[in-house]
Amino acid sequence: MKKFNYRVVVFILAFAFGIVFSLPSLLQSDWGKKITLGLDLQGGLHMVLGVKSEVAIESRTKSIATTVKYLLDDQEIIYDNLTMTQNGITLELLDGDDVAKFEAIAQKELEGTTLTQNGMVFTITMTPEEILRTKQNAVSQAVETIRSRLDLFGLAEPTVAKQGEDKILVEIPGIKTPADEQRIRELIAKTAHLQMMAVDEDRAARVSVISEAEAAQYGDVILSDVKTPEKYLLKEIPVLDGSMLTDASVGYSQSNQPVINFVLNGEGAKIFGDFSGKSVGKRMAIVLDNKVYSAPVINERIGGGKGQISGNFTQQEAHDIAIALRSGALLAPVVVEEKRTIGPSLGADSIQSSTIALVVGFVVVALFMIVYYGLSGVLANIALIANLFIIIAVMALFGATLTLPGMAGIVLTVGMAVDSNVIILERIREVLREGKSVAKAIEDGYQNAFVAIWDANITTLIAAIALYVYGTGPIKGFALTISIGILVSMLTAILGTHGIYNMIASKIEKNAIGKWFGIKKEETA
Amino acid sequence: MEIFKLKESFGFMKYAKRFGLLSLVLVIGSWFLIFTKGFNYGIDFAGGTLIQVKYEQKAPIDEIRKALDATKTFQGAQVTNFGSDEEVVIKIKKVSSDITNDASDEIKKVLHTTGKFDIRRVDMVGAKVGSELQEKGMMALVLAVIGILIYVSYQFEWRFAVASVLALVHDVSIALGAIALLSIEVNLDILAAILTLLGYSINDTIIVFDRIRDSIRRTKQMNLSALIDESVTMTLSRTTLTSLTVFIVVLFLYLFGGEIINGFSLTLLIGVIVGTYSSIFIASPLSQWLGFSIEKFRSKEAEKLKREKEKERMRSMYEQGTL
Repeated sequence: MKKFNYRVVVFILAFAFGIVFSLPSLLQSDWGKKITLGLDLQGGLHMVLGVKSEVAIESRTKSIATTVKYLLDDQEIIYDNLTMTQNGITLELLDGDDVAKFEAIAQKELEGTTLTQNGMVFTITMTPEEILRTKQNAVSQAVETIRSRLDLFGLAEPTVAKQGEDKILVEIPGIKTPADEQRIRELIAKTAHLQMMAVDEDRAARVSVISEAEAAQYGDVILSDVKTPEKYLLKEIPVLDGSMLTDASVGYSQSNQPVINFVLNGEGAKIFGDFSGKSVGKRMAIVLDNKVYSAPVINERIGGGKGQISGNFTQQEAHDIAIALRSGALLAPVVVEEKRTIGPSLGADSIQSSTIALVVGFVVVALFMIVYYGLSGVLANIALIANLFIIIAVMALFGATLTLPGMAGIVLTVGMAVDSNVIILERIREVLREGKSVAKAIEDGYQNAFVAIWDANITTLIAAIALYVYGTGPIKGFALTISIGILVSMLTAILGTHGIYNMIASKIEKNAIGKWFGIKKEETA
Repeated sequence: MEIFKLKESFGFMKYAKRFGLLSLVLVIGSWFLIFTKGFNYGIDFAGGTLIQVKYEQKAPIDEIRKALDATKTFQGAQVTNFGSDEEVVIKIKKVSSDITNDASDEIKKVLHTTGKFDIRRVDMVGAKVGSELQEKGMMALVLAVIGILIYVSYQFEWRFAVASVLALVHDVSIALGAIALLSIEVNLDILAAILTLLGYSINDTIIVFDRIRDSIRRTKQMNLSALIDESVTMTLSRTTLTSLTVFIVVLFLYLFGGEIINGFSLTLLIGVIVGTYSSIFIASPLSQWLGFSIEKFRSKEAEKLKREKEKERMRSMYEQGTL
């Protein structure tokens, strides 16, 4: 028997590698790197969210209006008719002496806007770049916000990623109950837009009869209470909003009800203090996601920038709202464009049925190879087994995800991986039929088969890569297992079995080729 | 064991025109089906909501339909058995873009009178995503074909490349025709099956072409038809064997793999048959009809060889320092 050659050494190493690194996944042990199961196999929630970025523009306009209002009041510039337009605001100055001061403010404090003047009417418009930036910002901010919410919620390994221009991919494995799922979805969806809004006390008495259009004329909006049907007439431009919030936590009111305590940053505290000082005796509404939670009367100037949201919360609601506030508001609401929920039981069924298909397919193909090719069929089967282990090992090492189509890919690989060996064995048979020696037949067989195997597999790989690049989710998993399977089968067939034949070729007697290669001796004469 | 013990080659080329005609009829028929009957798009591409429900007993389909029709959201829902008597899928066209709103909650309420059940899967795909997935699928197909075209042109020559791509178009067309005919629901997994078929079928064809190339180099045979016959015959056992093993595993995948991947395995089953047929009977004659000639190929090969020799000579001269 010939000594070990480099091919056998490489094959044995690869096989050992396959066994060692696939064991953690196969035994589901606690140690080592394991294949991640896709959502379709372990159950979970997959969502593609769209971001309504036009709303981000709207709220940016609103915040411009808030800033302008605050600054003008602060500098005692008198103005009128401050209204919001599509991408900006207009206002009218009453005193010509204020124009220079106003222009200075607009230039210094309002980045990304242009100021145009028509008589005493000024228009502040967002530049196209600013609009685009705001939209992009809304998407990336939503990704960050949702991620941090899910983290704060304590979920294991959620995926939150930007997909394309304006979409967000959210994948959450291992959700146990529909109630949990519902809660998670609500947490994601919460815009968590906190606003402090002044009640329009001059017209508040008429709130039940006033129309929305009429309210808009006065620069007001009508918002309803979160729990009761009561309505409030509020100044549309808020005093301040949640962007100035630094912390939010669950606390308890005197009556031991869960409430949310929040803290404002320095700027927010100053605005809040100034406003409350000027508005003693009036009401200020605390508005979250366009619902009024409370509208207490201001008794005195409130310093320190601390506030409280109360609203008959359950413990769980208060907890989730605090998380949402802490992780920040979504600049724009998100909508679902694609959602897939797979229950854990279905995933387990899928694993079971595809494993059965894999085992049965493997056994039948293996038997077939032995019947057709004899002992060399056994060698081909060894290569096939190595192949399966190595695919699993490679996927585990790279942290690849195994999906249901991915399982199908592995099953398919069983059928395709024997192909290389079939090509080689057919070539060996041909040379044997010409009456050449076994050693020569093996050498020629491999040499003749190599180019064909190479070209055929590379073209298959091209199709698999195209599928990987343009596929999504489970399909990507399929493309991945097929690609790994193709590469590994080339390794096990071209190197592995070749090495073994090299070792034993001299031992194969001429009259044993029937046993070895499954062809009759008389043919080889 | 051997299936084909052949001393002489089969006369495939004698029948090439007949097979060509058969293929042409099949392809045109498939196109006709695709354009008239069209595909039964699943929610991945058409958008909609799908809910898979498993009952503890036999699913009472009629009751389910009645209960669903009484509601606004699920009126006209499509209810079908899925894999077993206990399981059903409910499909509606509508989607809800509200994250907090969940179809499974509603279904639970609507169906609570029909028995004990477990909601196992809820898929919702918005129309926008559906059309995007469709676009991406087309891109994947086109990209794969272009990649294959380039590689085969480089490794063989353009007529082989075009012939193999035409064979691919043939296989994919007939498989798609069968999908339309059998009303198999077209989802992302069908796309995966079609692309796998692409890879599989080109694999088979390349093996045959490689044999033709090999035979041109080894023998003095000048008759292309005879040479093709010889090459196809020599690769016949390999083609049949590999097709058989792939067919076996796909068949088991179809039988045991579960309802979810049934469309996938069925498409592949058809694909394997068509792909094998085309690589034996269609691909090689195509290269001849495209004007492939042995002499030209040989002279090109000789030229290539000459260029390589020249390069080698230059290199050795350079190494010896004579240049």
